Amino acid sequence: MSDVVEKTLTALPGLFDSQTGAAKITNRLKQLIKSITELTSKHEEENLMKQELSAMKEQVSSPNTTMKQMREVMVRAMYCEMLGYDASFTYIHAIKLAQQGSVLEKRVGYLAVSLFLSEGHELLLLLVNTVLKDLQSTNLIEACMALTVVAQVFPKDMIPAVLPLVEDKLSHPKEIIRRKAVLALYKFYLIAPNQVQHIHAKFRKALCDKDPGVMTSSLHIYLQLIRESPDDYKDLTGSFVAILKQVVGGKLPMDFNYHNVPAPWLQIQLLRILSLLGREDQSTSELMYEVLDESLRRAEMNHNITYAILYECVKAVYTIHPKAELLEKAARCIGNFVLSPKINLKYLGLKALTYVVQHDAKLALQHQMTIIECLDHSDFTIKRETLELLFRITNAQNVTVIVEKMLDFLRGCNDEHTVIHLVGKVAELAEKYPFHSLTGRLLQRMTLSRVHKKYISSYKINTNLLCVSFYFTSYVPIITLTFAPDNSWFIQTMNDVFSIGGDLLQQDVPNNFLRLLAEGSESKEEDDELRLYAVDSYLTVLKGDTSHLPQRFLQVMSWVLGEYSDLQECVDQREVIRLLTKLLDQRSVTSETRVWILSALTKISEGQTDLILDLSESLSYSQDTVLRQQAQELRHLSRDSQLHEWALPRGAPWDSMEVDSSLSFLDGFVSEALAAGAAPYKPPHQRQEELCEERALNLEPYSFSLPVSLSSCSITDRQSPTMLSVSSGISGNSTELSQKAGSSTVILEGVKRVWGKDGYLPQKETAATAPPVDKPSIAVQSSGQQEAAERTEPQPEPPMQNQDKQQLASSLFVGLGAQSSISLLGKSEAPPPRFRKKPRPHESSSSSGTSERSSVSSSRSSHSTTDGFLYGSLLEEEPATSISGVDHTPKSTTANGLGQNKHTDGDRRTNTSQILGSDMVIVRPNTIQDKYPSSVSSDLTALLPPDLKDLPHSDVISLTSDPSLSLASCRVFRDEALLLVIFICNCTETVIKDVAVQLTCEELQTASLRGNVVDCLEGRSTSVCHYALLMDDPHTNVSFTGTVSYQTQPGHTNTLSFSGTLSTADFIRPLVVTTEEYGKLWLSLSHDVKQNLKLLTAAGDPLRTTLNALKDALQLHVVDIIGSEGIVACRLLSGAPCLLHCRVNGAALAMWLRSPHPALPDCILYHCQRALAEH
Amino acid sequence: MQFMLLFSRQGKLRLQKWYVPLSDKEKKKITRELVQTVLARKPKMCSFLEWRDLKIVYKRYASLYFCCAIEDQDNELITLEIIHRYVELLDKYFGSVCELDIIFNFEKAYFILDEFLLGGEAQETSKKNVLKAIEQADLLQESQTEDWGGLANEEIL
Repeated sequence: MSDVVEKTLTALPGLFDSQTGAAKITNRLKQLIKSITELTSKHEEENLMKQELSAMKEQVSSPNTTMKQMREVMVRAMYCEMLGYDASFTYIHAIKLAQQGSVLEKRVGYLAVSLFLSEGHELLLLLVNTVLKDLQSTNLIEACMALTVVAQVFPKDMIPAVLPLVEDKLSHPKEIIRRKAVLALYKFYLIAPNQVQHIHAKFRKALCDKDPGVMTSSLHIYLQLIRESPDDYKDLTGSFVAILKQVVGGKLPMDFNYHNVPAPWLQIQLLRILSLLGREDQSTSELMYEVLDESLRRAEMNHNITYAILYECVKAVYTIHPKAELLEKAARCIGNFVLSPKINLKYLGLKALTYVVQHDAKLALQHQMTIIECLDHSDFTIKRETLELLFRITNAQNVTVIVEKMLDFLRGCNDEHTVIHLVGKVAELAEKYPFHSLTGRLLQRMTLSRVHKKYISSYKINTNLLCVSFYFTSYVPIITLTFAPDNSWFIQTMNDVFSIGGDLLQQDVPNNFLRLLAEGSESKEEDDELRLYAVDSYLTVLKGDTSHLPQRFLQVMSWVLGEYSDLQECVDQREVIRLLTKLLDQRSVTSETRVWILSALTKISEGQTDLILDLSESLSYSQDTVLRQQAQELRHLSRDSQLHEWALPRGAPWDSMEVDSSLSFLDGFVSEALAAGAAPYKPPHQRQEELCEERALNLEPYSFSLPVSLSSCSITDRQSPTMLSVSSGISGNSTELSQKAGSSTVILEGVKRVWGKDGYLPQKETAATAPPVDKPSIAVQSSGQQEAAERTEPQPEPPMQNQDKQQLASSLFVGLGAQSSISLLGKSEAPPPRFRKKPRPHESSSSSGTSERSSVSSSRSSHSTTDGFLYGSLLEEEPATSISGVDHTPKSTTANGLGQNKHTDGDRRTNTSQILGSDMVIVRPNTIQDKYPSSVSSDLTALLPPDLKDLPHSDVISLTSDPSLSLASCRVFRDEALLLVIFICNCTETVIKDVAVQLTCEELQTASLRGNVVDCLEGRSTSVCHYALLMDDPHTNVSFTGTVSYQTQPGHTNTLSFSGTLSTADFIRPLVVTTEEYGKLWLSLSHDVKQNLKLLTAAGDPLRTTLNALKDALQLHVVDIIGSEGIVACRLLSGAPCLLHCRVNGAALAMWLRSPHPALPDCILYHCQRALAEH
Repeated sequence: MQFMLLFSRQGKLRLQKWYVPLSDKEKKKITRELVQTVLARKPKMCSFLEWRDLKIVYKRYASLYFCCAIEDQDNELITLEIIHRYVELLDKYFGSVCELDIIFNFEKAYFILDEFLLGGEAQETSKKNVLKAIEQADLLQESQTEDWGGLANEEIL
């Protein structure tokens, strides 16, 4: 039919004069553009635009405006928006235009929609019907337009509505339609992967399409799919290789040539796919050697586009299983890039080198002079990439020079992203090469005191700090860096870091510095010496001009003075108080810093009643409630020395501080208040949610505060899936209602009554979370001064330059030559990083940690529950089993952790029985690992520690092995975490020493519980180590990687890496609720997804069978089954719940999922589909 | 590709296409920052720029800057050629294109872009096919202009 349209079209053009119509339409726009260009000032432009916009507003709201005029308005609106003026009143008209206009107007309407509305805009819902209609249109152009808009913006929830139509288009006779349909499906896959699960077969058809354009488009989807799970598509390798061969051989139509190169985009896409498929897979790689060789050969160096292909080719060659001949050719190619006079190619050359030196560090040697030149290049981009390259070739010998260079760069850099990125790299280097004696000392301290794992991160950051310190002292000749710097040097350097880094510094830098000071080492003398230096130095600083000091620095100083100023006996405490008080008077000091200062004053106020009373008197009129409150505290404490002693004991070890995070001391107060009729407390997020819900339901103006309309809305609009939950919904609603009605008044009153006029917790929190006022200008200024001073140091003389470069080269590339004989082993000779990279859940807690002592209100500790689980309860629950070598019982924990511990210990038993009670299978079938068959005898499960044996767990699967060690893992499903138990078996007869396991996973929080370091593993024995994994945000699948290092002979470290995949299903736990609770919860959840699933009809009641199958596969809890409907509940570990409502709908199971977490329903749906498909 | 911007030597935005959902405020901020950064770069410098966690690929054609944001693993050179191909397409369509063509017919420039790149990925790399698609739509557009114009007049009368 579209052919007919086409024919009519080709006959039409001669029939009319096309100029006039188009000219008229754009007249207004032309006028507008012209008048704007004639204007001279921004102000005039604004005025003109104001007029224009109001004229447009009038025009769009007038009923007489024709579609044609509307189209013209829309073009002007696009122009206005491009100039940055808000024309949002036209959005709805854009949709109307797309809906009602003729093809001509539709085109503009759709364009406006795709420009105006981004994904998730609520108006997009109004577009769905239009799109549906146009997709069904016989007019080719209309269908094209609909597909184009669908591939750009489309509401995620509405995908099921258009999906069948888009799928049909895959077999449309016109290639342009097929092509757009493929891209629309690609878009769907990106925003809602589970929705297009079932049409993989059709993707394959698109890949085999006879039109090269359609085939090219399908590669976008394949690249994405293969990136996610390469193993599922290995069988396609042959096809991709064949396609690439044809393309390279020039078999495609000439149309696809670009500057005489056949289909470069297609080639690059294919090369990327191949490199993903061939990675770490020798047999697959072998299939592609020939075509890669051909690509390298065919690409003649004449145009950018061939370089683009070559670059991709080189990357592929180095990614797949190596073949010497190809590597050699690729290396030569890189040479062409690096030596090119064209700067773009040089950049790409550096980038390729950066990639390649990981495999073969000696390649950098060949280009050392070029690299040196690039290091001093005037282009920031080139410089940065060179540093990236240098970062990859560091070894113990050149690390000082490289770090020095990186820091040099940082000095001249004011781009925040770059700074953060590079400082991270510097930290990583410092971690790897603890060459520095102070760093060494820190490490030594760490091992000596066997500090709790969690503190390692603080030391890690501190080594980072040290490196930053080198930067600031870089005028010192490099050689001095290897001397042991003394305490004064350390403190002085830190002063520089704080004053120069200023408020751009990440919060954990000062936090960790303070932690280092506070925790100290084994030797108290040494610690006190360091603290004393700090106190002395800060007093000197404070005596000078303090107005330019960054807030962070002031905070650090006040904390240290508050804590340790009494160490310095020859300084009068009154002097310290005077200095700190002086700071309070400074206008530039933020209120956050004031809180720090006051806390310090509180600590040292003892016996200085007169000074303090003056101070608190003056502050009690402050506008700032937090300050007022602290002043109040200060006054009370200074009057009552006994109370002071009790609240702030002098010299008490700071980690023994007991924090009652449950605020149990307020229990009596709360129950009294409740008895007096106060509403129960709701956490802020719940209040927020309820508020949002109310807003969402607020259909009429002014109905917000009217409970009656509210209740009617919530019943009618939050469609309840079943009668059952409607009834429970009503009952749930009525209670909610009363709470809601109460919450707006009673709670507020309660707050007032509870906390009195000084205000307490709520205000304090807001003050703490208020963003600190940044003072970058100050930081820049002071750094400028500093640098100016440094610059007076002798600089290398110009004539010596060449020699300098040679010298620099020899220092940069030292150590690379020697290792060239074993270059293919890459970096294996580098010592393994000392520290495990860890997510930093402590950022929040550490800030409160340092201030915990500072006030009596220790209740404000912000340890998250995750912390509690990761570092508290799990860690200490039981002594390690006899087979695990090292007991990693932490030296100290927070009181919080202990409290948590008891709590969960008690809970765990009930939880376990709860899981077992609901006829749970003890050994769950593997969901993902099934694909990688492995033969591990299940007798390893016998080695599971007794406390884990009773928990549900998976089969033991093999992770990796070499002649000496073999690793196997088992997943143990605990209620609040997934435990990954790793069995390390010594396969030899001899003892293996220093076995250390490291596990990383980007998407998950990981914590090693025990046994990840074993000093000595006897022959033929097995050690067990545990990791706790927490998933905060659902991901369909996550993969973890890890390494185990060990020594078979002293001094000879071997490393063995392993990896594995986990699915969300491993993190899903049943949520046991009653039907009523379910009903209530259902109404309170906001994110929902609906989808039809396969119904298992094998035997008996199909609904029951299907739900049972899902329950077995996914640890769901089936709440109730009534007739043709069933309700099921689960949660992500102990976090977000997800409710599933299932209804038999003909031969399908209509599933409706709701959760407070936006991504969780999608994930669970995906796994449900999978589980049912496998059934 | 995350977004594409066209702006003039004077820093005036001529075209903007966003392939990732961002708020208007964010878009304005990004545009302002990028225009500033790119215009400040010297002609001899390379066409790539690390910016936030993205890579910016830009190229100047006469008075216009074409600027694309890609992710780190994307190929910078091919992005440069995407820009070039787009310029070629504009050139062919308008017949030796100049900045004024794009200013006054920016919706046409958008139509061409949408036929060439869809959802941030190259849709059709054959110059002939892209222009064919545009011409077809244009043809229909002209025919409809006349038809609809007549009808509209009747309605008004």
